[in-house]
Amino acid sequence: MTDTLESQAGEVLLEVDHVTLRFGGVVALNDVDFHIKKGEILGLIGPNGAGKTTCFNAMTGVYRPTEGEIRFDGQQISGRKPHHITALGIARTFQNIRLFPEMTALENVMVGTDARHKTSVLGALFKVWPRVRVDDVDLPRNRVKRAFSQTFGVSRHYAEERAGRRVAMGLLRFVGVADRANELAKNLPYGYQRRLEIARAMATEPKLLCLDEPAAGFNPAEKEELMGLIRKIRDRGLTVLLIEHDMRLVMGVTDRIVVLEFGTKIADGVPSEVARNPKVIAAYLGEPDDAA
Amino acid sequence: MPEISELWKSVNLRERWETAPTWVRMIVSGILLAIAIYLPFLNVLPFAYIRTDLSTGGSDWSGVLTTIVIYMIVATGLNVVIGMAGLLDLGYVGFYAIGAYSLALFGSPDSPVTHWFADKFGLSEGWSVPFVACVPIAIAIALAAGVVLGAPTLRLRGDYLAIVTMGFGEIIRIISRNANGLTNGPNGITNVPTPPGPKDPDTGQPFFNPIDGYRWYWLCLAVLILLIWLVRRLEYSRVGRSWLAIREDEDAAAVMGVSGFKYKLWAFAIGAAVGAIAGLLFGSKQTFVEPTGFALNLSFLFVAMVVIGGSGNMVGALFGAFLITYLPERFRGLSDWRPFCFGVALVLVMILRPQGLIPNRRRARELEDRRLEAEEVATDD
Repeated sequence: MTDTLESQAGEVLLEVDHVTLRFGGVVALNDVDFHIKKGEILGLIGPNGAGKTTCFNAMTGVYRPTEGEIRFDGQQISGRKPHHITALGIARTFQNIRLFPEMTALENVMVGTDARHKTSVLGALFKVWPRVRVDDVDLPRNRVKRAFSQTFGVSRHYAEERAGRRVAMGLLRFVGVADRANELAKNLPYGYQRRLEIARAMATEPKLLCLDEPAAGFNPAEKEELMGLIRKIRDRGLTVLLIEHDMRLVMGVTDRIVVLEFGTKIADGVPSEVARNPKVIAAYLGEPDDAA
Repeated sequence: MPEISELWKSVNLRERWETAPTWVRMIVSGILLAIAIYLPFLNVLPFAYIRTDLSTGGSDWSGVLTTIVIYMIVATGLNVVIGMAGLLDLGYVGFYAIGAYSLALFGSPDSPVTHWFADKFGLSEGWSVPFVACVPIAIAIALAAGVVLGAPTLRLRGDYLAIVTMGFGEIIRIISRNANGLTNGPNGITNVPTPPGPKDPDTGQPFFNPIDGYRWYWLCLAVLILLIWLVRRLEYSRVGRSWLAIREDEDAAAVMGVSGFKYKLWAFAIGAAVGAIAGLLFGSKQTFVEPTGFALNLSFLFVAMVVIGGSGNMVGALFGAFLITYLPERFRGLSDWRPFCFGVALVLVMILRPQGLIPNRRRARELEDRRLEAEEVATDD
């Protein structure tokens, strides 16, 4: 079945290749094996404690798999440092929101844009070298400075700072947080914080965006809105991995679903198939007494 | 007390400063700078009461001012490490000593290092590296020392890091005392060079001499302003943002692509270089460097400056450095009571204003958040 799917869609972006993760005697992930294809929205679901977040953490470099490996775009990423993995193009949000609470919404997103910037300590210190050309919108308003910048270019620090600010504002508008861009992250309402996390993750220009229960604590209307946002993200060319509890949300938005239970994969397929899979029903609703 | 703090809040200097137009800020900064430059000659009552040399046995006013500014440079550097990157460094005096000793070892014709060079390459008697060349050498050595200390220890967090850095400060002092062949041991190194300048035509004294103390003060002031300017640039850049992100949530920062280790190491190295510049000025002004000048308690004093002033806020750190250096000198008459008063003042500040006298807003709020969290946890149990 997987074979037929593979032939339908694009190439494989992320491969979780028979990954096992043990913490002492506890097996958190047991021979988990799945892949994500470019441009799809993959749902990763399972009951509480099934190992969804652990799987996430292994993919983003927080844990190192005991066995097996994780490949992204053909490169092995298991065991690499988190910031390397970000540089390769995987971004994530956290189940329990982890923004930088004392930074404004805009600054939070700018930390994300910095992931693609190259300004070094010396560059920020002296703002002299290297010099780059920028578009007219990014030139300084002061006429003397403007003329100078047109002749000699601007420092990379300046160019990146301006571009970062513009990109960050654009992302805030995209997720709908722009009206409170200059408020401290911790003072934002819950829904804003959730969406701000998505904007911050997108600012690192990922190929794969991993959302860890983005709808936790949302009411149905907000969930509906979030589904729209996730689709919009995919339409921007990103691949999305979605961990979620809410079956309705998962069924509505994903192209394919992987189901984990007790650290083992029990199902993998399109939503309608997965929903009919007896193992999945058993995992979610409990084994009926009269089951064979 | 509450009335005073209310009054202070209603004045709201910081808000006014931040919203003031550029020309107002430039004029105010210019006036402050002019006052700072004029300070050594201040002789108009009642303002002259701030001088430290009015009573017999008081310290030389220009000398005190110079020390204040040198310690302000120290506070600027330590503020990068403690205030911005959030790393508690209790061995900062080690870098201060490295700065002073680098200048002494390469710049003094009496040091074992210059002797060795002179013998090895057949240079003339009394050869030494000129002052101007010693500055980059000192900065380079301090940067290297910062990296050497930081690379293995920055994996530690919080108190553990503090203990290791404290050990580093002691190692530097003990090496300087015991390595006779390198540093002349407890005898110290004499003839440390002073910055170049036109010689006095009448007396033949160098431009920077112990009598014209105000020249030292002006030099240090210029260096301080330059360093503040540079550090501010870092603060409002990708680098400063990364430090802030690391301080707030290191793991989330790592996932957002911030290499925690790299930026912490940079903070350490930059702090080390600034500390070395301060030490270099100190050694040059004394023209004599010896190990007892770099005791461990100086490290604690440096940390106290930053913490009392308000870590993370440059103005706060500078103010802290000023208070801790100036007050004991001004009230020399109290002699034996000074350490006691200092201790009481420290305890009082930590009880009444744990975020420091002029805190960084974010830092103050972080402290407040943590306190609330702790209270929540306490009530949950």
